[in-house]
Amino acid sequence: MSDTIEVDGKQLAVDEEGYLANLNDWVPGVANVMAEQDNLELTDEHWDIINFLREYYEEYQIAPAVRVLTKAVGKKLGKEKGNSKYLYSLFPYGPAKQACRFAGLPKPTGCV
Amino acid sequence: MSEVVKKFMYLNRKAPYGTIYAWEALEVVLIGAAFDQDVSVVFIDDGVYQLTKGQDTKGIGMKNFSPTYRTLGDYEVKKIYVDRASLEARGLSQDDLVEVAWEDFETEEEIDNIVEVIDSARVSELMNESDVIFSF
Repeated sequence: MSDTIEVDGKQLAVDEEGYLANLNDWVPGVANVMAEQDNLELTDEHWDIINFLREYYEEYQIAPAVRVLTKAVGKKLGKEKGNSKYLYSLFPYGPAKQACRFAGLPKPTGCV
Repeated sequence: MSEVVKKFMYLNRKAPYGTIYAWEALEVVLIGAAFDQDVSVVFIDDGVYQLTKGQDTKGIGMKNFSPTYRTLGDYEVKKIYVDRASLEARGLSQDDLVEVAWEDFETEEEIDNIVEVIDSARVSELMNESDVIFSF
């Protein structure tokens, strides 16, 4: 993993695990570029989760652990989406880790 | 739930900023929540400042993590206690503290605010009942 990613012609710093170094650098293009690196095409369903995570972070200043994410998604977006099978189908590298990375958030607290 | 469930108490005694204790304690609570134990979080002495509303850390260049306490309910922490004497000694009351909601997603049982102000005698009792106490 390189130490920067190119988004909309700008070089943005990332840490050694590929998470954005500065939260404020995030633009939607970040998610698209990162998804491309992971060979993933983002759909509206992906964006629902990415946007949800950004709102969660905005409100609580923390990236939720996966089981908290699962429950909160179920509450916000409907029970059929609040399960890890659905979330893993969208984000095969782990809904909390991968989706948080796309959303420009730090690695979730409680993620080991 | 299988295995033995222990009573864990996290005791917060220090002001939120100036040392790393408050943030570290909060992280330990959030990480420890994955282990399905019986958790209570207690705020006492200057620790009561951790829960105060309207914190603004711009002047000290630190992240304001006070909104994070409100996720404790999402992490299935159901017992948050504040020592009444510590609050009063600092001219504070429950109205100055954030509210933490709790909800059981399966039964949809909801509690608007799980933060409970208790007397020092009750704090001692709870300490005695705990199997493990982490003091920060």
